[in-house]
Amino acid sequence: MPKVAYYPGCSGQGTSLEYERSTRAVCQAVGLELVDVPDWSCCGSSPAHMVNHVLSAALSARNLDLAHSLGMEVVATPCPSCLTNLRNAAVEMEDEGFRSKVNALLDRPYTGAVDPQSVLQVLVEQVGVDEVARRVTKPLTGLRVACYYGCIMNRPPERMRFDDHENPMAMDRLMEAIGLEVAPFPLKVECCGASFGVPRGDIVMRLSGKLLDAARGLGVDAMVTACPLCQMNLDLRQRQINAALHERFRIPVFYYTQLLGLALDVPRQELGLDRLCVDPRLALGKIKAPAPVQ
Amino acid sequence: MRIGVFICHCGSNIAGTVDVRAVAQAAKGFADVVYASDTMYACSEPGQEGIIQAVREHNLDGVVVASCTPRMHEPTFRRTVERAGLNRYCFEMANIREHVSWIGKDTERNTIKATELVRMAVEKLRRNRPLTPKRFDVTKRVLVVGGGVAGIQAALDCAEGGQEVVLVEREQSIGGKMAKLDKTFPTIDCSSCVLGPKMVDVAQHPKITLHTMAEVESVSGYVGNFQVTIRKKARFVDWEKCTGCGLCMEKCPSRKAPDPFNEYLCTAPTINIPFPQAIPKKAAINPETCIMKQKGKCGLCAKICPVKCIDFDQQDELVTVDVGAIVVATGYDLFDWHKYPQYGQGRYPDVITSLQYERLLSASGPTGGHIKRPSDGKEPKTVVFIQCVGSRDRSVDRPYCSGFCCMYTAKQAILTKDHIPDSQSYVFYMDIRSPGKAYDEFTRRAMEEYGAQYVRGRVAMIYPKGDQLIVRGADTLAGTQVEVAADLVVLAVGVEAARGAAVLGEKLRVVPDQYGFFVESHPKLRPVETNTAGVFLAGACQGPKDIPASVAQGSAAAAKVLALLVKDQLESDPQVSRVTPARCVGCGKCVQTCPFGAIKLVEDRFGNPKAEVVETVCQGCGICTVTCPQGAIQLEHFTDNQILAEVQALCPPRIRVNYAS
Amino acid sequence: MRIYDLATAEQDFIAEVAARSHQDVRTCYQCGNCTAGCPYTFVYDYSVSQIMRLIQLGQQETVLRSKSIWLCGSCQSCTTRCPNRIDVAKIMDVCRHMARERGYATEREVKLFADSFLRSVERHGRAFELGLMVDYVLHSGKVFTDLDLAPTALARRKLPFQPHPIVGRDQVERIFQRFRQGGAHA
Repeated sequence: MPKVAYYPGCSGQGTSLEYERSTRAVCQAVGLELVDVPDWSCCGSSPAHMVNHVLSAALSARNLDLAHSLGMEVVATPCPSCLTNLRNAAVEMEDEGFRSKVNALLDRPYTGAVDPQSVLQVLVEQVGVDEVARRVTKPLTGLRVACYYGCIMNRPPERMRFDDHENPMAMDRLMEAIGLEVAPFPLKVECCGASFGVPRGDIVMRLSGKLLDAARGLGVDAMVTACPLCQMNLDLRQRQINAALHERFRIPVFYYTQLLGLALDVPRQELGLDRLCVDPRLALGKIKAPAPVQ
Repeated sequence: MRIGVFICHCGSNIAGTVDVRAVAQAAKGFADVVYASDTMYACSEPGQEGIIQAVREHNLDGVVVASCTPRMHEPTFRRTVERAGLNRYCFEMANIREHVSWIGKDTERNTIKATELVRMAVEKLRRNRPLTPKRFDVTKRVLVVGGGVAGIQAALDCAEGGQEVVLVEREQSIGGKMAKLDKTFPTIDCSSCVLGPKMVDVAQHPKITLHTMAEVESVSGYVGNFQVTIRKKARFVDWEKCTGCGLCMEKCPSRKAPDPFNEYLCTAPTINIPFPQAIPKKAAINPETCIMKQKGKCGLCAKICPVKCIDFDQQDELVTVDVGAIVVATGYDLFDWHKYPQYGQGRYPDVITSLQYERLLSASGPTGGHIKRPSDGKEPKTVVFIQCVGSRDRSVDRPYCSGFCCMYTAKQAILTKDHIPDSQSYVFYMDIRSPGKAYDEFTRRAMEEYGAQYVRGRVAMIYPKGDQLIVRGADTLAGTQVEVAADLVVLAVGVEAARGAAVLGEKLRVVPDQYGFFVESHPKLRPVETNTAGVFLAGACQGPKDIPASVAQGSAAAAKVLALLVKDQLESDPQVSRVTPARCVGCGKCVQTCPFGAIKLVEDRFGNPKAEVVETVCQGCGICTVTCPQGAIQLEHFTDNQILAEVQALCPPRIRVNYAS
Repeated sequence: MRIYDLATAEQDFIAEVAARSHQDVRTCYQCGNCTAGCPYTFVYDYSVSQIMRLIQLGQQETVLRSKSIWLCGSCQSCTTRCPNRIDVAKIMDVCRHMARERGYATEREVKLFADSFLRSVERHGRAFELGLMVDYVLHSGKVFTDLDLAPTALARRKLPFQPHPIVGRDQVERIFQRFRQGGAHA
């Protein structure tokens, strides 16, 4: 049974609690063991790397070190922003000069070589799409979705080394495996406005509005994301977007783990569907009841 | 020996950082040197006359010139000493420009190094002996590899010059890329109207033998005497009988064969003549899609062929031909634009290449010359052209400019307006490169008369919206991002070395550069020669070239061939290996290692095996001399003694004194 | 428009950007591909390719006082598509660092939000979302920021009222302290 260290990320304690819990439930259902990084702290997220790269790397390295102390080679995180910071720290600390600057900020110097990956990558590469498909008990046929990956999970490709950087397919394949119809979404890696929601909401209105518009153009019932920030911009802020752009979007925005959880029949309370802001019930109602198993 | 040494200033090229007078002064002290001087330009007429005069006045029998690379002027000075009455091999050259003055700034150390190089040359020259070249007959026939416009021009010029020509083409018809083009810049004349008659001339010329669907299998021999084996691929049609009537094409039930001539925009019948003007106009069967070849039944073409030329059992055929010279004109291929995932990687059918667009424009193309976009056959009103797709881009290892894309894009923008008057073209470009005659005026016409909107910037992404494609690029002149909804996007894909060029280059001993284009002998003064004597280059196989430049090179290569083949005999290079029979034990190791098959084992009069060098085949590479365990083979002009003398001149053996306590 | 005296190019600035980003800014040939893909261009005062050009010209003040360097979302589109393999996003990051070090904050709210976020991390070891929002509102004076979202967010329990303090909170705090003491320059 594959086993990785697990770094939930701060938003998983608040705004994206449903992502965090559904991730755990899905990993358990497909036989992927997550070992929590003990007493993890914030990776620094984008504010840290906007201030200083050594500070950013130090905040991440404390967590890499804790993962290293678990004896794990891979630390998985559901959040692409955490992933970017952890991965940048891991890669840049391969340079000795940089590493010593980072270690000068830490209580305990980081000496390991833990490889941060997204939970999505671990699911696809260590569990496998076929294995996920094999475990599906309630296929979600009848629902048409667009998968949106966000800008940083696959980019830059030399750094992230996972999936195609212009047209990633990992989530598409997982969603197809659980019976969904996946529309070819052309803006899979276009930025949603990231963390500008609070200081410059107008940016998010425009950029996330474009994404919703493209999704609507494809006639999908819902969007699927793998990023707390993207999900928040598209879902929680969808009403703001409608007001700002004089639009009437009503597109539910799921975490891919929520849909996986439905298909794998994990307990509903682990999926937190009621925490979504745009009501998903209309979309979920389109799911055809599976044919009775002989 | 009485040696004269001449140190060249090369203007300030050498004298700028080498004290040439000091070098000459030092040389006067070297063994056998009876005369030494410096000279402004040794290669100039007064320079050469000075050498000749010195030979006569000082009764010299050996000459050293210290100047530039021997690649450049060794032949020059060999002729000079010959004019002075010496054997041309009683001459040595020291390269104190490329190896000294151009690479070091320290005059004092440069002077020391130059002096040492001269000392080495003198020590070698002291052990030189006069050599006399042998003469051999020349095969008066030329092989042209590649039947694009460059190869066609070379073949026709050689044939008109009276030589026999064998033209080998990989595809079914000659014509190359030019045959696929609709019109040509900057005159907008019809490509096939210009090229077609030349193709017919090739077919009809009594001196030209044409092999299409054929490739060079192997090459042996040397300048004047190459043996070439050509593989003629099975075409399952007897071309002696086929009249090109096309009946079989009409009736063939398997019509899904890939159509490379139409750049895969459509499919072709499995038995096919690629285009109406094809030369030779003969049908061939694609065995991959042929029902008879795949399933063993059908044979409809065989039944209806009026001359009964179908032969399903035909095999590849090997043809051997002797030639005296070879012209390589293998052209180019297009950059694989799928390396840019941001352009859709083939997910969007209305993103096509410039060459595919030529086929849409061409009356003989799949749409009969009407511009219809691939997805739904609609006539596009907004056409976006993106230049530099696979050119000037280090991230895809194509840092070079492909040279002619700016021009053909301007042409295609003009033709788009001609075909669809209410259309609007947008051209994304980085710089417009139009240095040819009437070229820049042409691009201006595209903008001024035909209203093409030129936008200076690259395109970051293309994505579909409705039935259109959103092209998002930059306009760096306006300083911002721009978007346009396009009905059709045409990628001006760059040029890269032809597929298979590396393999052919190896067979011909022609070196490719780091991008696979063949390297010419000298970038300015020997543009169509290669470093293998008797092998010449024409067209885009040497680097991106447009039609006029390719044609000019075809003619240039032909001129070189004719100048070579006009001679009945050639001199062989006497710098070849020589066996000392008394030392040879007949082990045969040299026979095995010789890359040219120039050594054979013979029996001496006592029946002992002995190695023997075929002087005209030996290329003087020297591999045998280091292989021979007995030291029985020596390379003339580069004997062990000569090389060791050079080493000793550089590192004189020191007297070792043992001060043991 | 501003006229630049080419001779006043600040070579130190060019060198500092190059050294801190490990990027060779000379290899930029102004094809505009970064600008072409940048989703943030609509809020920029200088497009990202213009920022690259101004760096090449050594125009320190124009670059470090631009809005663009604060509004870059680090989405990596420029870096991913640059034909000369320049990590443009990293250069934007480095310019932001340099602007901050010189006390510039052309986009004040963007800077303040980052500050609030990092204060929250320093205090709790993790980002406490409700706390950092309150902190941001206090510092920026933007009382109405996202107030409309509060009912929805609270109803869906998206903003817990308590932070999740960690045992090693002081370890994180010390990272910030050492950083402020000048333990890092990169």
